[in-house]
Amino acid sequence: MQLAVLSGFVLAAFAPLLHRWFGGRTSLVLAVFPAALALWFLGQVPAVMDGEVLTLALEWVPSLGMSLTFVIDGLSLLFALLITVIGTFVLIYAGGYLKGHPDLVRFHIVILAFMVSMLGLVLADGLLTMFVFWELTSITSYLLIGFNHADLEARKSARQGLFVTVAGGLALMAGLVMLGIAGGSWSLSELNAMGDVLREHDLYAPLLICLLLGAFTKSAQFPFHFWLPNAMAAPTPVSAYLHSATMVKAGIYLLARLHPGLGGTEMWIGILSVVGALTMFTGAFLAIRHTNIKKLLAYSTVMALGTLTMLLGIGTEGALIAFATFLLAHSLYKGALFMVAGILDHETGTKDVTAMGGLRPLMPVTALVALIAALSLAGVPPLFGFIAKELMFESVLEAGRFRALILLLAFSAAFLTIAVAAIVGLRPFFGERRQTPRVAHEAPASMLIGPAVLAILSLLLGLTPMLAGTGLLTAAASAVIGEPVQVSLSLWHGINLPLLMSLASLGLGYALFRRWDLVRGRLARLDPLMARGPEAGYEAFMHGVTVVSDWQTRILQNGYMRNYIMVMVLTLIGLVGNSLLLRHAPAIAFHVDVRFHEVVVVGMLVMGALFATVTRSRLSAVVSVGIMGFSIALTFILFSAPDLGITQLLVETLTVILLVLVLFRLPRFASLSTPVERIRDIIVAGSAGVLITLLVLTAWGIDQFVPISGYMIDNSVPLAHGRNIVNVILVDYRALDTLGEIFVLALAAIGVIAMLKLRAGDKAAKKATPEKEPYDG
Amino acid sequence: MEPIMAVAIGTLYAAAIFMILRRSIVKLVIGLILLSNAANLLIFTSAGMTRGAPPLIPEGLSAPVGAVADPLPQAVVLTAIVIAFGVLAFAVVLIRRAYEIVKADDLDKMKETDT
Repeated sequence: MQLAVLSGFVLAAFAPLLHRWFGGRTSLVLAVFPAALALWFLGQVPAVMDGEVLTLALEWVPSLGMSLTFVIDGLSLLFALLITVIGTFVLIYAGGYLKGHPDLVRFHIVILAFMVSMLGLVLADGLLTMFVFWELTSITSYLLIGFNHADLEARKSARQGLFVTVAGGLALMAGLVMLGIAGGSWSLSELNAMGDVLREHDLYAPLLICLLLGAFTKSAQFPFHFWLPNAMAAPTPVSAYLHSATMVKAGIYLLARLHPGLGGTEMWIGILSVVGALTMFTGAFLAIRHTNIKKLLAYSTVMALGTLTMLLGIGTEGALIAFATFLLAHSLYKGALFMVAGILDHETGTKDVTAMGGLRPLMPVTALVALIAALSLAGVPPLFGFIAKELMFESVLEAGRFRALILLLAFSAAFLTIAVAAIVGLRPFFGERRQTPRVAHEAPASMLIGPAVLAILSLLLGLTPMLAGTGLLTAAASAVIGEPVQVSLSLWHGINLPLLMSLASLGLGYALFRRWDLVRGRLARLDPLMARGPEAGYEAFMHGVTVVSDWQTRILQNGYMRNYIMVMVLTLIGLVGNSLLLRHAPAIAFHVDVRFHEVVVVGMLVMGALFATVTRSRLSAVVSVGIMGFSIALTFILFSAPDLGITQLLVETLTVILLVLVLFRLPRFASLSTPVERIRDIIVAGSAGVLITLLVLTAWGIDQFVPISGYMIDNSVPLAHGRNIVNVILVDYRALDTLGEIFVLALAAIGVIAMLKLRAGDKAAKKATPEKEPYDG
Repeated sequence: MEPIMAVAIGTLYAAAIFMILRRSIVKLVIGLILLSNAANLLIFTSAGMTRGAPPLIPEGLSAPVGAVADPLPQAVVLTAIVIAFGVLAFAVVLIRRAYEIVKADDLDKMKETDT
């Protein structure tokens, strides 16, 4: 199964080829992949309904505790079905929506990659595996939001979405690592079984906050909600799929998945229910300020995501059943509504609902689909959305903490949402006929089938709630709760408080819809206040990042090489000096056993080096470097290294020749630094020298390991048949090193030749325009 | 002998770092030579210094007579000397080339990427 899911990546890679074969029908061909997966997942429904949990084990990196194990329980199956079923229709829909688009291939590649990542995210059992898929969805979402990359707004929104979700992803990674440490396991199912340990653990608070940051940014919770409406710059199929039905629910999925292990504490209940309720209200409130149909829907998605978070926060059995129901209901109607919005945009040429009107006779099927989906969004019986809303009100009424606040926010959000539903579902189709930029007509079948099926499902499940209730939702709710529950959904709950609240919100919502233009005008006065919202904070932060990186680049990457070297040398002195002086007492042995000629040789060596630094003539510098080199050769010979002595002698001779040949084409020694700089450099260089001396003296007294050269000495003749042990090491024991050395030399030689040839080429070019070269010799 | 060598190595390092910190590119070349020699000496002396016992095995024997100098640092330094020369040759030609193009021997004037 893992391979079947991951083969989607391969399919994505072959999408260009399929385009060559199938042309405009590629979308239909590709839709076979999610459809087949959907059928397989549907086949698992009976088993999962019976409370079974399918574990498909597959190791990936066992040493890191990473597995590709997939676990199919009610929750992941519900998500997998949403992803594959809606994915199928979105692909078909995109074939119509992006018909003839030059970048349709790119769209297919990325959306398939997203689909597989999202499936991996909801099915993975390993924490780290899930995280990998999580980040993949962020990246594919970025690519899809910025699909129209020639558009500045699209690029900006794509970046914003990426930064917000990936910043949350970083926090999530920290949270997951802490979770793994706290639980001692990297498997979600094992962690969920040890909830009592986790909730008592010292790391509980920090890990929960990190996980929540990840989930809240991904699922556009207040105050991170702003990226989602901006993500509407993506083509509508993407909005329908990623930014309402699937990806934005990843954060919700994570919270639901971890609920058995982490949920139920004061902290969990407090943060989730309040943040969720705030998000719910913010989304609904901001929605009615907009006339762009996609923004309206996006804000109402924010509202739905807030509702889901709030229900997880309340955490009673009823609330979690409501959670599963609302999740399914929302994906169905919001997917349909987004696709309807795409049809309207596609056929009328505008996204502004106030510019549309009376379209029903022109596009009757679209109007009907929109009406059903909008009624479900509004929560009108007998649609599935009504059941979800009833359950939501019921659980809010039984909320333990912050009940008054949550209740107020939930009720306000409900009637605002009803206004949104009316604006989207009624306004474009009824009332007076308006002129649209394009003359509207019914959409092609490929674009209608998706929203129609989803809308019909909303109606069907509403009429026969037991179908979904006893089936998938029982299993999903059980997985979130952590123990089996029985869900029995029904349309009619009797006349109770939730029903009255529904009726009241319907009335208020409809009234708001009638006066929408007026209210929107009033709300426009709040615009200056809105401009200071969380998005302004994001902008300020991004600006700050640019300023800081600009400043630190100027300081660190200043382009002066001696500054870099100075930093390196000072760091070396600081670090090595610190551990040498503080951790080891530097050992200074004054046991000196020297002979006169040795002192003379070493003295020449030192004098040569020092004279090279002070002389103002290039020739004397070369000569003193030569003296130093030959003294080193003598040192090698005096201390039992004849091979080294010979090599040094040869190389030193070559060096002097090279310097004489090349250096004299370079300018004379210039005196460029001030005395202060020179004194500073002397101090730095001097301290480095003293440190090295101390280091060498200390190192002699330390024998960490037995030298390995004993083996080489003993086996030089028996194994390698050589009498010069140094040679044997070079050509036998360390032959690969020598091979590498030969390569380095060859590379250097090629570089030298290339640069010399280049110079010759320049000279040839210069013959045309004679110019006297500055020559100094 | 080792303490004296330690002082010599330290002096070589100091001289090398001082030269590398100069702004004149010619002095930079001198600094590179000093630095590679200092490193070679450092490795060479790391296993101690032995007089008159090269790691050679006399004809007819399968092991050296008595203790010999550690051959491993010598082999490493042998590689290092040759590599250092390769790097030096490359650096010298590179600097020569850079001077031709930039027409300045001041490293501070070479900080722009376009000339």
